[in-house]
Amino acid sequence: MNKLSLFGLLGLVIRRDLVLAMRRRADVLTTLIFFVMVVSLFPLGVGPEPDMLRKMAPGVVWVAALLASMLSLSRMFSADYQDGTLEQMLLVPQSLSMLVLGKILAHWMASGLPLVLMAPVLGLQFDMSAQSLGVLMLSLLLGSPILSMIGAVGAALTLGLRGGGVLVSLLVLPLCVPVLIFGTGAVEAVNSGMNYASHLSLLAALLMLALVFAPWVTAQALRISME
Amino acid sequence: MSWSEFFAMKGYAFYVWGSYGMALLVFIVEIAMVRHKRKITLQQLRLMRDAGEEE
Amino acid sequence: MAINWFKYSAPTTFYGLAGKLVPWFAGVSAILFVVGLYIGFFVAPTDAVQSEAYRIMFIHVPTSILSMFLYLVMAAYAALGLIFNTRLSSMMATALAPTGALFTFIALWSGALWGKPMWGAWWVWDARLTSELILLFLYLGFISLHASIDDPRRADRASALLAIVGSVNVPIIYFSVKWWNTLHQGATIKFSGTSMQIAMQHALFTMLLACWTYAVAVTLLRVRSIILERERNTQWVSELPEVKLDGGVQ
Repeated sequence: MNKLSLFGLLGLVIRRDLVLAMRRRADVLTTLIFFVMVVSLFPLGVGPEPDMLRKMAPGVVWVAALLASMLSLSRMFSADYQDGTLEQMLLVPQSLSMLVLGKILAHWMASGLPLVLMAPVLGLQFDMSAQSLGVLMLSLLLGSPILSMIGAVGAALTLGLRGGGVLVSLLVLPLCVPVLIFGTGAVEAVNSGMNYASHLSLLAALLMLALVFAPWVTAQALRISME
Repeated sequence: MSWSEFFAMKGYAFYVWGSYGMALLVFIVEIAMVRHKRKITLQQLRLMRDAGEEE
Repeated sequence: MAINWFKYSAPTTFYGLAGKLVPWFAGVSAILFVVGLYIGFFVAPTDAVQSEAYRIMFIHVPTSILSMFLYLVMAAYAALGLIFNTRLSSMMATALAPTGALFTFIALWSGALWGKPMWGAWWVWDARLTSELILLFLYLGFISLHASIDDPRRADRASALLAIVGSVNVPIIYFSVKWWNTLHQGATIKFSGTSMQIAMQHALFTMLLACWTYAVAVTLLRVRSIILERERNTQWVSELPEVKLDGGVQ
């Protein structure tokens, strides 16, 4: 195999993982269905009063997206871990971080992006305004990759462990709190007519931070788990 | 201030003593657990040594 | 007289050192608690704004400061263990975690009991208490991850990485929660006058030292058991008097 450039490696990994994800569409869909169900449960739990629902909406959608992301995390590395591919990946001459970034991005495209696209539809259940829906989508678009990246570290650390999805969630959820706060904050700012640009900028900054550090940290975590 | 006044803490007794009481409880439990762990560990080590000597 | 500090990085020598230090730290801690509580309850005056309830501060503030400090120390030891592959560092991190978590719990409990009479609710979601709650989750995550991995080396290294990621995140988490709280109209703790009475400061500082010495004593005691467990197959452990001789636990 010829020596691939870093971006070539990235593209290869993303394409491969997406193809694999398409073959197991059920996994991808269950995440989405879970998201929809959790969001729909809240009005059933707290009552249909429109004012309250409108206030709750950003938080509910965001928490549901967070939980749905957590659920899908164990899938990130487990398939490759079980069939031995991951071991081979650790021996790749190019940067492992780049390869990991590819896996994370592919995972996000299959699990996170559908949530972003679904969110406006769910927001309608809560009688959100068009502008709120737009900002909600934008906040999720910026935030869900961050969740995937933080989650990747957790998934790599818990590779092959019995605790499974619950353990990963326990480890990762506290670290996701800032993303949750700024994501919902942006939508609430729009709702109260304030400037939401600062929240989104903070999210973008966290995204940049995550892009720089998460793949490398995840790679180290994979090495630790695979020794 | 009399003792009963002291314990009453101007009506905040529940909160003040509830806090310190829990702290004390936690400390006692923690110390007990650490000492217990040491006891168990030493017991296991002695069992290992006995098993080894029987060979 | 030059002390060869590095010899204490070996579990064998550290075990002995820790054993000698525990009673000293325990004794000092007990004395400091008595002194601190005396100053806090009998010397410090009643606060004009918060009446007697403010005295909760003397347990709440030290435990919350220590909960954060212990997390950083734990992460530092864990990082040392990860980078330099020193087993003892990882053992110290593992030993610190339960104490740190318990301090966090005490801080949260006393914080709730302080909040109820002051602000009318058991939980007020102020920035510091909320950050403490997240800190508790971080501790629990560290402990759970370590407990879930059978291989001790992988357990040490994985939880070390988690602790490092956690400690880097703590400022981000604190900042975001603080921002979130000011937006949602949080309350802040106020005292009569801008500066604390001198007796209150003394009590606070004494209690802080008391909690710190307590933490050192308990952690050193815990790490001794961890050392014994991890090193159980070595010669030096089987030669220890407490293992060799039966009859009573020492």
